[in-house]
Amino acid sequence: MIRRLARWIDDRIGGSAFAEQALSKVFPDHWSFMLGEIALYSFIVLVVTGIFLSFFFDPSVAETTYQGAYEPLQGATMSEAYRSVVELSYDVRAGLVMRQAHHWAAIVFIASLVVHLLRVFFTGAFRRPREMNWIVGLTLLILAFFNGFTGYSLPDDLLSGTGLRIAYSIALSIPVVGSWVAFLIFGGEFPAHEIIPRLFVTHILIVPGAIAALIGVHLALIWRQKHTDFAGPGRRESNVVGPVLWPTYAAYSVGLFFAVFAVIMTMGGLVQINPVWLYGPFHVAEVPSPAQPDWWLGWVEGAMRIFPPWEARAFGYEIPNPFYPGVLVPGVTFAALYLWPFLEARFTGDRGPHHLLERARDHPVRTAFGVTALSFFVLLQLAASNDLAANWLYASVATVSWTFRIVVPVVPPILGYLTYRLMTALQASGADRFAEVPLRAVLRPAGDGANGAGVGRLERVGPVETADRGKLGVDGAELTVYPEADGRWRWSYDRPADDFKLHSNKSYVTADLAQQSALQAYPETPLSESS
Amino acid sequence: MNRGRGPILAAFAASMLASVGLTVVYALGGDPQLEGALLGVALGGIAVALVLFAHRMLPGGQFVEPRDVVPRATAQRPGVAAAFESGAEPIERRRIIAAAFGASLALLGVAALFPIRSLGTRPGRTLDRTEWRRGRRAVTDAGRPLRLDDLELNSVVTVFPEAHEDAADSQTLLIRLPAGVRAPGPRDWSVSGVVAFSKICTHAGCPVGLYQAETQELFCPCHQSTFSVPQGAKPTFGPATRPLPQLPIGLDDDGYVIALSDYTEPVGPGFWNRPDD
Repeated sequence: MIRRLARWIDDRIGGSAFAEQALSKVFPDHWSFMLGEIALYSFIVLVVTGIFLSFFFDPSVAETTYQGAYEPLQGATMSEAYRSVVELSYDVRAGLVMRQAHHWAAIVFIASLVVHLLRVFFTGAFRRPREMNWIVGLTLLILAFFNGFTGYSLPDDLLSGTGLRIAYSIALSIPVVGSWVAFLIFGGEFPAHEIIPRLFVTHILIVPGAIAALIGVHLALIWRQKHTDFAGPGRRESNVVGPVLWPTYAAYSVGLFFAVFAVIMTMGGLVQINPVWLYGPFHVAEVPSPAQPDWWLGWVEGAMRIFPPWEARAFGYEIPNPFYPGVLVPGVTFAALYLWPFLEARFTGDRGPHHLLERARDHPVRTAFGVTALSFFVLLQLAASNDLAANWLYASVATVSWTFRIVVPVVPPILGYLTYRLMTALQASGADRFAEVPLRAVLRPAGDGANGAGVGRLERVGPVETADRGKLGVDGAELTVYPEADGRWRWSYDRPADDFKLHSNKSYVTADLAQQSALQAYPETPLSESS
Repeated sequence: MNRGRGPILAAFAASMLASVGLTVVYALGGDPQLEGALLGVALGGIAVALVLFAHRMLPGGQFVEPRDVVPRATAQRPGVAAAFESGAEPIERRRIIAAAFGASLALLGVAALFPIRSLGTRPGRTLDRTEWRRGRRAVTDAGRPLRLDDLELNSVVTVFPEAHEDAADSQTLLIRLPAGVRAPGPRDWSVSGVVAFSKICTHAGCPVGLYQAETQELFCPCHQSTFSVPQGAKPTFGPATRPLPQLPIGLDDDGYVIALSDYTEPVGPGFWNRPDD
């Protein structure tokens, strides 16, 4: 049935060549390569649960009186938006599970994006030729932040209203055009009534559409450029090693999708999140205390809290305080991230293509820089809870804030320096287990002697310098081209010394083609032909 | 090949049972916790089964695939260049047409920017003003006007200008200071120890919601800016740089609290062309 359908399609649009390529495509296997997959799958969960929510949410700020099942709000005046969210949570069957699952999915989505970004950064996966995908990925992260913010602003509860008010003030603080920017986004002076319906369209159409499109680009680039891989046996800059897509990798990946889906839906049912009915409806003169944004905005919030009371004023114009922590800090952060691959290439002078990943110790400066930046943001994140910390520690908020004002700029560079020392020490220690290659390398005489094969020699190869990992010339392996039962040809990479063997991911019509492919994957390894 | 099939089928069976359970729970009226748990089993069962299946029954092993060498693409570049240039040549010869096309697109782009203007009202001086006017009564958000007797000693009440109870920029705190604390600001801006300050934080615009009676300080829960009322709501801690503006108040003939004018400076967070204090 599937075969007939496949043939029917192939007869009309072709594509069997692509399908052959696709089914036997190799995906390197490492737990950290699943992070992007988790992000992709949580985005799918976001879309599925979000569609359900959109059938019940009413993006209107028209005033209404609550009459639903949640007793404490009975008779309260609120917007239609807030009413519909409370109704969705209390009166629509499975509504609360869907709403909470949507929120949890957003958290898993952003968290996996952030950790994925860290993985890519610390392993140098952004280096040429993957600069474009680094840019696409960063843009996806910004869009995810943005859609997270628009999403939790929609219910028009007191907490999200406070978030919108701060966003308005940050927009207002932009030099020269701030008041225009704020007024055009909100429709007028805060709280202009246009903002909720605008956020809705942005949240369910514009940004998700852009995210879906960019995910397509991101995956297409990965497909085209193939995944990076860590150094290891048989791995070269010129090849990629791992399971093939069909069927094993596909089964694992679909399994991962269901696992992500399962975890999110379970949390949606069992772990409460964003109980808007407790915050109450938005009111212009009220504010919840304590008030904190979702975790992924914590670093901006923390910067807003501990930034000193500075404000520049000259010639009758001013740059208000929220501009520095609210616009400048995120702006500089993302500008630096976007530019990183190019800056690094410039400063290291390394502009060549790289497919094998580095480990943290391989590039101490990058790692130290990353740790500095990461600890800076983690500390800002903690600073966003200065009021809660003060409560727990029985200290005054002023004491806690002053502590952060000192710790945030001072501690990250110290951590960065310690990281640098640790990485260089690790490098010097030679604790480098991937570089251990078999001490005895054997080349068997075989085949017709073409390509320099057929000359038997014995060679000792010691542990290899870090810089040479993966570029190993001689590791005692040989390539063998062999026919399969159906008359097609495959090749294998064979290292008899430690019994390590890899087969080519697909078969070829002629021995010549197989040999070409083998030499492309291992340009430096001798070749033989078995019969 | 059939070895180890049991756990896989068990996981699928658990998933199927959970799905049946889901429909039953739904039909009986639903319950978020049960739904979450059952969804977890229904989806998780499939996940476990697929991973076990892949692990036990599908071919494992590592394969190797050559990477495309970029020079292969480079070899095709002259062809692309030739294809492009043969087509570009007649366009390049007619520069004027290409220029006109570019200019049309540019102007269309500029014209297309103008509808953005429809998104919001013109800021103008709206940020400098609130709805307070001379003689306008201070009322609660329910619209109730207030006499001095309605104000408790050393506490705050949020008020709005009468008939403008939803004007966010006009929210104001009436504070009746305890005896012995001199009212800040010009003498004729307060009435018998009652002063009025804008409730909007001058940092990021949150309502300055908390009043600490012992120190007569106002505290913003958003970013912890603290304002000392006896010192004219001057910021004493936090990121705020400016005092909360003071509203001149008095009493009308019926003894109700009224404004004597609008705020004399813009309320709320700073902006580029905020007039000097």
